[in-house]
Formats: sequence, structure tokens, C-alpha cells
Amino acid sequence: MGTVLTMSDLTQGQSATVTQVNIGGAIRRRLQDIGLVVGTKVECVARGMFADPAAYLIRGALIALRKDEASLISVKS
Amino acid sequence: MGLTNRSTGSRTAAGEKLVREEGDILIALAGNPNVGKSTVFNCLTGLKQHTGNWTGKTVTNAFGECRRDSKKYVIADLPGTYSLAAHSEEEAVARDFICFGGADSVVIVCDATCLERNLNLVLQTLEITRAAAVCVNLIDEAERRGVKVDLSTLSKRLGVPVIATDARRGKGVGAVLDSVGKDGGDKPFKVEYPDPLASALDKLEPSLKECKLPSRWLALKLLEGNEELLAKINEHEGVKLAALPNVASALEASRSSLKEHGLDDDGLADLIVGGLIKTASDIYAECVDAPNDCYDARSRKIDRFITGRVTGTLIMLAALLVILWLTITGANYPSELLSRGLMWLGEVFNGWLVALGTPELIRSALIDGVWRVLAWVTAVMLPPMAIFFPLFTLLEDAGFLPRIAFNLDGVFKRCNACGKQALTMCMGFGCNAAGVVGCRIIDSPREKFIAILTNNFVPCNGRFPMMIALISMFFVVFSGVLGSLISAAVLTAVIVFGIIMTFAMSKFLSATVLKGTPSKFTLELPPYRKPQFLRVIVRSIFDRTLFVFSRAAAVAAPAGLIIWLMANVTVMDTTLLAFCSEALDPFARLFGMDGVILMAFILGMPANEIVLPLIAMAYMSNATLTEVTDLAAMQTLFTANGWTAITALCVIVFSLMHWPCTTTLLTVKKETGSLKWTAVAFLLPTVCGLVCCFVIANIARLFGL
Repeated sequence: MGTVLTMSDLTQGQSATVTQVNIGGAIRRRLQDIGLVVGTKVECVARGMFADPAAYLIRGALIALRKDEASLISVKS
Repeated sequence: MGLTNRSTGSRTAAGEKLVREEGDILIALAGNPNVGKSTVFNCLTGLKQHTGNWTGKTVTNAFGECRRDSKKYVIADLPGTYSLAAHSEEEAVARDFICFGGADSVVIVCDATCLERNLNLVLQTLEITRAAAVCVNLIDEAERRGVKVDLSTLSKRLGVPVIATDARRGKGVGAVLDSVGKDGGDKPFKVEYPDPLASALDKLEPSLKECKLPSRWLALKLLEGNEELLAKINEHEGVKLAALPNVASALEASRSSLKEHGLDDDGLADLIVGGLIKTASDIYAECVDAPNDCYDARSRKIDRFITGRVTGTLIMLAALLVILWLTITGANYPSELLSRGLMWLGEVFNGWLVALGTPELIRSALIDGVWRVLAWVTAVMLPPMAIFFPLFTLLEDAGFLPRIAFNLDGVFKRCNACGKQALTMCMGFGCNAAGVVGCRIIDSPREKFIAILTNNFVPCNGRFPMMIALISMFFVVFSGVLGSLISAAVLTAVIVFGIIMTFAMSKFLSATVLKGTPSKFTLELPPYRKPQFLRVIVRSIFDRTLFVFSRAAAVAAPAGLIIWLMANVTVMDTTLLAFCSEALDPFARLFGMDGVILMAFILGMPANEIVLPLIAMAYMSNATLTEVTDLAAMQTLFTANGWTAITALCVIVFSLMHWPCTTTLLTVKKETGSLKWTAVAFLLPTVCGLVCCFVIANIARLFGL
């Protein structure tokens, strides 16, 4: 049984699978367009200078997301 | 488009004009950002259009031509988008062109190492048009990482031709042109949407069979209900679709069936995206064989340093310092050479004019006025530009810039602005007008305006050389390597101050006239790519350096004439020059400068490059003629006219923060569409500059400096 976290909790090098995307509106669609949907495997590659934003590996591409959005995406390690 | 002739000034807003003649074949290039689409475009058209290795670089449509096998093709380079859902202006532009642009073929360029995500856009495009082809680019990178793409299976599944390319080396690009009009397979392509969406579509589709655009896609858009798009569709079809009787009833039935399942707009969007992702995933699994972790290991290692907590800032500062130092040292010798050479040439021309018996007035106007300023601008401005632009472009090509945005986003967010402003700020280093155009990559209008209005706080290439010259003259006592290092360090400090002011002003604006909350921010960090050195250098020289320089020269010539006129036209015993500078003098003294300096800044509004030459020329005409051939002589000239280190400091600070040049102002007007905001763009840096100079001048006076 994996632990339930949000994407912003991931530390550098940690991977997880998306279980829920609790964001609405245009940003939801944009995240979906880059492949961030339930079941996607994500890896936190870099946490950056202020730990915000962080860079995540999503479907083969490195995408930077702010804590505001990343904390609304539930993942399971 | 970056910094090119087309991207700045009065021609920016509408983008390029498409010129299509009878018999021309129109190809639209679509694709995710950063897949090498513009490289393919350059390859096809041979146009030296600038490409940069970061998301969202192409902000206007660009058109080019090429010929092959006696056929003429017109190629449209669409902005990079992840989808055709149109969240941003760029996406709307791309979608509209694909839907209504009448292209003979839409070529979707994909990154072979990232195919699954790219297929999203491919599928959305294929829903709209069957006249398409898929270009699997960066095939060399894919091979390097062990990714194998089965092109023929992919082609069969999608029903369109699929061509592998390595656009950087020009491989396979010709085949893209040959693919126009060819079919890829016999099975018509269809996205598998989940129920209840699929059944809703089946209900609605038959009533739309008579339309020009594909019925299934139209059904989907009607269900989505995007008013703006539907208006355009209705115009294209020549009839209001939702008003047609059989369409209206089918639409009603479909909508109610969706409502029964409790689907709202978000829910519907989820189903649509779900269908696209699943179909893409299935196709990917069938056609691509990739190792588990194929993300570039080298990029990962580099990123550990560049985005590291401490190392990040250090590396950015160091990069700035190194670039400036290389620019300063590298430009020294060529500047001297050019200066001497052009002075000599001036004397030759002088001789010719005298020999031809030209009237003294005209000779003086041409040589002492026009030629002198032109020679100055060339000698002082061209070498630094010719070094800075290639260096900067190399960094861009390598993929460094998005990391800067990544590092600085935290600060920008605290100022209620967007991290992408870091990118537009970097573009402003080259040319502020280009930086303003670049602000289109920022989606939120509020944040876009903040970025536009603060862009001028970063000195452009027209201002560097003046700052470098003043620093060398008044603040560096050593010569040689130590001297140039100190110059570079001082200039870096000045620029860092400009960046801090950018943050401060962004915060100020977002707290006063541009209030709002920070928008959502996603930024793609592409893998580091080895820059194509030769191509970068050639392109920088022609595209950027020569362009910026020729613009400066075009302004310098008339400006030199004007200064000469002012120095030689007497009104009531004083020359116009003396009259104006004396009038401005008391005001200018408040800020640590003098009337001549202020007048030069005002006259330098068309191009910052001419401010320093104008000051020198004005001093020279007020006193006896001394040939100023190098900085030492210039320093003597300035000191003789009352300059101290404090004056130089104030001039440097004012150069950093004063009104934008006319090209930038014109661009701001075009991009904001408002005179009011253009006025703010004029006043904001000016007021800051005046305040800082005032403080410096008066503190210095207090200390008796």
C-alpha cells in the first residue's frame, strides 16, 4: 500500500503515480495537454532555488510547476 | 521570432502577410513547442529565422517559400502549441490557421523522444483535416537514447504519411514536401472517446454530414460550446449551425444525454482529453519501443548545478559576468581599429569633397556632422554587439534560458508577476523592443503588461557600449586584464541593479495600477542541446547584429546632421546647441548631469547608441576642435567640460533608467494598444532614473564630492 502525498511533497529524485487532479478550469486542461492525468508516473527532478517551482518529469518532458498547482495533485508512491 | 527586422517596430502586430499565388502549395507547420519546428521551417525555406531552445519562441506567424521539382511551396510556421484547445493567443492562432487557413497540408512536427505527448496534437489535428503529415524530428536524439519508432505502423494507424527527419542536419526534410497529397493508409482515423461522449457524438454527427469541416469534429465542438470558435465555424460554413433544425434537435438530445450522466464542462473536457490520451497511448505502445528511463541523463546532471539552491544564483551571475567580460575585452581592439580606420576614411572623403569644390557648409555638414557620428557609432557600438549577440544566442540555443526563468520564478511570484518575465527580460538585453514583443508568451494580460512596462530596466545592446566606455573612463584605473575584469564586474553590478529595479517596479505595478493574483505557471525545460556553433554565429551576425546596427546607423546619420546644424546655426549670438543646452542646464544639474548630456539623451530617443557620440560632438563644437580618437582623449574632453566620477555615475544610472527608445515605444503601443500604457512605459523608468540620480547627486554634494 503506497502512501498518499501531493506532487509538491515529492523530494528530488522521488517518483509517484497521479491519483487525482483537484484543479479546475483552464489550467486543468493545460496540465492534461502535457499528459498529467490520473495514472501518469511523475518524477521530481529538481526542487529549484526556493523549492518553488519544482521541475517534474512527465511523459518524457521536464515541466516546471509551482507549489500552488502541484499541491492540488494527489499522488501515490 | 526573437530579434529580427520583422519582429520589432511597426510591423509586429498582425504578423507576416501571406502572399499566395495561383498554383502555390500551402503547407502549415504545427507542433508542440520546442520540437524543432522552426528548424524544419528554416531548412525548407532557407530563411534565417531565429529559433531559440525554449518554449514559446515563435510568437508570430512566419511565412516562407521554397521550390522543389518545379513546384512552389508557401510554408507557414505556426506558433508551437500543446493542443488546439486555445488557452492562449498562440494556440488560438495555430488552431484557426489549421481550421480555416486553407492549407494544402498540415505537417505536424514531433519530437521523436517525446512522441506520446506529441501525439495529442497530432490526433487533434487529424480530427480536423485528413490532408496532413507527421514529421518525426530529432530522430538522431532518439537513436542516441535508444528510442525506436516504427514509421510504417505509425503511418498505417494514423492514415497519413510519416517522415523521420533530423532537421538540424537537414536530413529527410525534402521528403516532407513530397508527402503533400499522399495518403498514408486505407483505414480512416478515429479517436476512441469514452461513453457517454461517444454515443452523444454518434447522435449529433449525421446531421452535420453536409458541412465543409469534418462532421465528427464539428459535433465535438458544438458539444464543447466554445462561443468564439463556434462563431468562426459558422462564418466558415456560411450558416449558423446550431440554428439548423435537424442539428438543433440532435444537439439538444446529445446535451441532455450528457447531462443525465452528470457531466459539466470540466467533466466533458476530461472525457475528451481522456479519449485523446488513451488513443495516443495505444498508438504509442504499438509503434514506439523506448527504454524505461530515456530522459537525457546529461541534462539531468547539468540541471543539478544550474537549478541548485546555491549554485543556481552563482552560475547565473557568473554567466553574466563572463559574457560581459568577453564582450568588453573582445571589443577593445576591433573598436580601436575601426575608429582609426573610419577616421582615416573620413579624411579621404573630406579630400574628395574639397577637390570637387563642394561648398564649405555642405562639406562640413557631411564630414563633421554625418560622418563623424556614423564613424563613432560604428566603432563604439558594432564590436560589442558582434560579440554579445553570438554569445547570448549560444546560451539560448543550448537551452539555458528556461532554467533562468525556473530559478527566478520564485522572486517573480513574490512580485505577483510571472516567471516567464525572466525570459522577456533576457530578450531585453539584446533589444528592448524585441523583449516587449516577446512578452506575448505570457498568457495573463495583467502580467504581460507588467513585463512590457518593466522591460526597459534591463539595458539593451544600444546602451551597453556607453556604460562600458564610461566605466572604463571614470572607474577603472588599471589596464589590461585586471582592468577589463573590473569593468565587467561593475557593469554586472549595474545590470543586477537594473534587475532588482525590475523586481521592485513589478511589485509596485502589481500593487497599484495592475492589481491581481499570480496566474498559473507551467514551463517546459527542454533538454540541453549542443548549440550549432557555426550556424549561431552566422545567424547572429546577419540576423541580429547587422540589423540592430543598421537601425542605429540609419538614425545616427540624420542625428549627426541635426547636431551639426544646431552647432552651426546661430540665433541671437548663441548657437542653437548652446541655447538648448543652457536652457536645460539648471534642470539637469539637479540630477548630477549638465544640459548637454540631457539634450543628448533627448536627441538620442530614436536610438540609444547615439547618446555618447552626441555628447562628445556637442562638447567638441563648443570648444576648440580636438580629434577624439580614443577613450583617453574622450575622458580629457569630458573632464574639461566639468565631468567627475559622480557625473559619470549619474549618467550611467540615467542610461539604465530612462525613457525607452522610439522603436520600443512604438512596439509598446502596438502590443498594449493603448496610449495610456505607452505613457506609463515612458514615465516609469524616467521617474526612477531621475529620482536615483537626484539622490546620488545630492548625497555627493553633501559629502563635497
